[in-house]
Amino acid sequence: MSTISLEPKTLVAENNQVVNESVNFLNHDHSVSSWLLSLDHKRIGILYLVTITLMFLLGGILAGVVRLELLTPKGDFVASDTYNKSFTAHGIIMLFFFLIPSIPAVLGNFVIPLMIGAKDVAFPRLNLLSYYLYLIGGVIALTALLLGGVDTGWTFYTPFSSTYSNSYVSVMAIGLFVVGFSSILTGLNFIITIHRMRCPGLTWFRLPLFIWALYATSVVQLLGTPVIAVTLGLMVVERTLGVGIFDPRLGGDPVLFQHLFWFYSHPAVYIMILPSLGVISEVIATFSRKNLFGYKIMAFSSVSIAVFGFIVWAHHMFTTGMSPYAAMVFSLLTFSVAIPSGIKVFSWLATMYNGSISYETPMIYAFGFLGLFTVGGLTGLFLATLGTDIHLHDTYFVVAHFHYIMVGGAIMGYMAGIHYWWPKITGKLYSQFWGRLSAGIIFIGFNLTFFPQFFLGYLGMPRRYHEYPDEFQVLNVFSTAGSSILAIGYIMPLFYFGHSFFFGEKADDNVYGATTIDWTSTTSPPSPHNFEKTPVVTEEPYHFRLKESAVVSH
Amino acid sequence: MSATNELVKDAGHAHHHKDLAHHFDTLEQQHDANLLGMWAFLLTEVLFFGGLFAAYTIYRYKYSAVFEEASNHLDIKLGALNTVILILSSLTMALAVRCSQTGNGLWTGNWLVLTMVFGFAFLGVKSMEWGHDYKVRLMPGKDFFWWQYAKAAKDMHTHGGGHELPDMKNVKSDTNPELGVKGRQESEQARLFYLLYFCMTSLHALHMIVGFGIITIITYYAYKGAYSPDYYSPVENIGLYWHFVDIVWIFLFPLLYLLGAHLVH
Amino acid sequence: MATDHPAHQPASLSSYFITFGLLMFLTILTVYVGFQNLGAWSTPIALGIAVIKAALVVTIFMHGLNSGPLTWVIILASMFFLTIMLGLMLSDYVSRGWIM
Repeated sequence: MSTISLEPKTLVAENNQVVNESVNFLNHDHSVSSWLLSLDHKRIGILYLVTITLMFLLGGILAGVVRLELLTPKGDFVASDTYNKSFTAHGIIMLFFFLIPSIPAVLGNFVIPLMIGAKDVAFPRLNLLSYYLYLIGGVIALTALLLGGVDTGWTFYTPFSSTYSNSYVSVMAIGLFVVGFSSILTGLNFIITIHRMRCPGLTWFRLPLFIWALYATSVVQLLGTPVIAVTLGLMVVERTLGVGIFDPRLGGDPVLFQHLFWFYSHPAVYIMILPSLGVISEVIATFSRKNLFGYKIMAFSSVSIAVFGFIVWAHHMFTTGMSPYAAMVFSLLTFSVAIPSGIKVFSWLATMYNGSISYETPMIYAFGFLGLFTVGGLTGLFLATLGTDIHLHDTYFVVAHFHYIMVGGAIMGYMAGIHYWWPKITGKLYSQFWGRLSAGIIFIGFNLTFFPQFFLGYLGMPRRYHEYPDEFQVLNVFSTAGSSILAIGYIMPLFYFGHSFFFGEKADDNVYGATTIDWTSTTSPPSPHNFEKTPVVTEEPYHFRLKESAVVSH
Repeated sequence: MSATNELVKDAGHAHHHKDLAHHFDTLEQQHDANLLGMWAFLLTEVLFFGGLFAAYTIYRYKYSAVFEEASNHLDIKLGALNTVILILSSLTMALAVRCSQTGNGLWTGNWLVLTMVFGFAFLGVKSMEWGHDYKVRLMPGKDFFWWQYAKAAKDMHTHGGGHELPDMKNVKSDTNPELGVKGRQESEQARLFYLLYFCMTSLHALHMIVGFGIITIITYYAYKGAYSPDYYSPVENIGLYWHFVDIVWIFLFPLLYLLGAHLVH
Repeated sequence: MATDHPAHQPASLSSYFITFGLLMFLTILTVYVGFQNLGAWSTPIALGIAVIKAALVVTIFMHGLNSGPLTWVIILASMFFLTIMLGLMLSDYVSRGWIM
């Protein structure tokens, strides 16, 4: 394995940078192989950043196809088959190749060792392997799309996927199988890192909440992902052998597929949202200059969301003919997820109360997150209620609900995180004006896109059809118009971040006066081995009252 | 190779100790992290097999009568023999780990080789069983045939025909309308049992084959004397993996082979 | 953290051989029990024996006995989540028949 030969180089760089301050992880070695075969968690994080940004653009273009088609009631922009393949590809790319790796693989990889005072993650080679599994999985999935795509919807419901669909379901399933292993190995790496690599004095209740959130996320990745892997495997077996596992015509049970599928895919929602909750905790504490209200209960609420996530899955299946008694239990359990989520929202509000709030770009994104996550969470309760779910199931209400959670929640959190750690990652400042503007445009565009969809769903417009009755057109035009504004908001950061990277003002080591050790004990950008000497932690993570005099504003 | 690289960490680092990777502070921290990593991986594996066990549980509940009947056509003797072989290989693996703890590279390697020998014996028996299933058309595919076979086998039991199997070449297909709805359903349910049987045993066998690859590498390093009381976590980790594979079989054996044993008498 | 050695004492050889003997005995037992007509009890008993066998492998062969609490958290978590998955799925299928 050629990565081994890199080790001496890195060590040399480490020895040099003691005398030369300006050596950092970005400039200590410029060769292509030093990036592509890097074992440095920071460089691997950046590899992920570049790759998932490309995936996000691809998924966004496919969303554009869907929205353009829905501009008019007739199916006149693309054929119905193309439409089916577009929303399927949009879902698969956005979920498996963007949202699930977004915060953990990019920000988690970059920040976890910095936040816990470690030189690297516990298994650097495994980390690089995860990236390449992600890449291989991505290539296989894109191959499936180029061959002709998949038309099953991202949920692969049987027996359509296993018997009737003539699209490239098996190829796609193999791609997702591979990318699933990437996700598992990343989660495993983070769990061991957080358990075994913390610096002296960093007890569990001194960990920043971002670490708690990623810990909970990793547990879900470890427990849930293998189940989807084996489920997709069974689907492919049924498809290739033509024997009944899930096909009722051949003695199988299609509801069992849904049970197995949602055993992973509901917790997967928490893989996407939990890291965002962690980012928002960091951002709100830092820009309110206050200790986070209810730190311990916030930490526990992350873990309990992860555990609760595993006992609610059948709320996706209330209309399948499952047992009404089991449905009642699942409905009740689903309501219980609202408790830790509510605790989080109230704790953030209480943190901001009487805080010394500054309106930096990450904070604007966090404000957007608070509003959208709350709407998304509360509309989830409509769907968890057995009676209303019968009416709303598989309508645009559901589409609006989960976009409020996944775009309004998870992506807003990701954007907040990228803006928050950008000066740490690159050592450069970006334009606050353009940053705030993009946050505002995304917030407006998002609401314009998805709020009308609640009405559409309530009025009865089903999801996954490329035609609809004329009376739904006005709301659909609003939605499509909003999506174009949303697209502008998402493209803007590419420009001002690009500008910042090449021409930006140099950032201080701790631009915001934050209190966690990723900011206080490393340079911006960090040196190849993170810390000059191992930090020792003596205080809780957000000790702003103690540091009041030392606060630096810019 | 990369996956095993975490396990087979070769001595390429030159900080305090030849076996200590640069990002760890102490050997104990490194040992703990490696060990915990393996346990966490096994947690994933439990859920990986868990998906199949869930499918088994549900269909067993729904189609219990046919499942018991179908289970009866697996060879309990060979299943029990394989259980013994696999537990033997677990014993030799435990002894290999113990020798690596005391720094005995030669016997670490020897016990590992013996573990692989037992492993191959297990797969040999397994493939004999699969070959037999293929011959009598119990392989779950389009060619699967159950209804007539079950009847013939039942007749043989009652008439004491021994283990000779009926000639399957000219029998009708399971989709034959003569069978009626009930016959077709039973055939499908039996096929489901055999499908789960093949999925579970072949996933199990796949884990053993992956295990062979890693054990081979570790055996090589063990004979080279790479492991010492300071650094033996690769041997311990492959041991954990192998014992896990053993545990899976410990559950598969009664669930697949012994399900309908009581019907024989 | 204080010492620079993993320093795990190897377990005694006899413990491995006794465990092996027990596993053999339990294998014979499970085959014997399998041939008895125990009705609804046959699967719980077979699974019970399998759990005991697995517990022996985990505690002795896999050194669970000498491992830290975190290892046990992982072992119990795997059992917990497996139970959740099987139990809640089965709850759906079992209670379907209850409705009139």
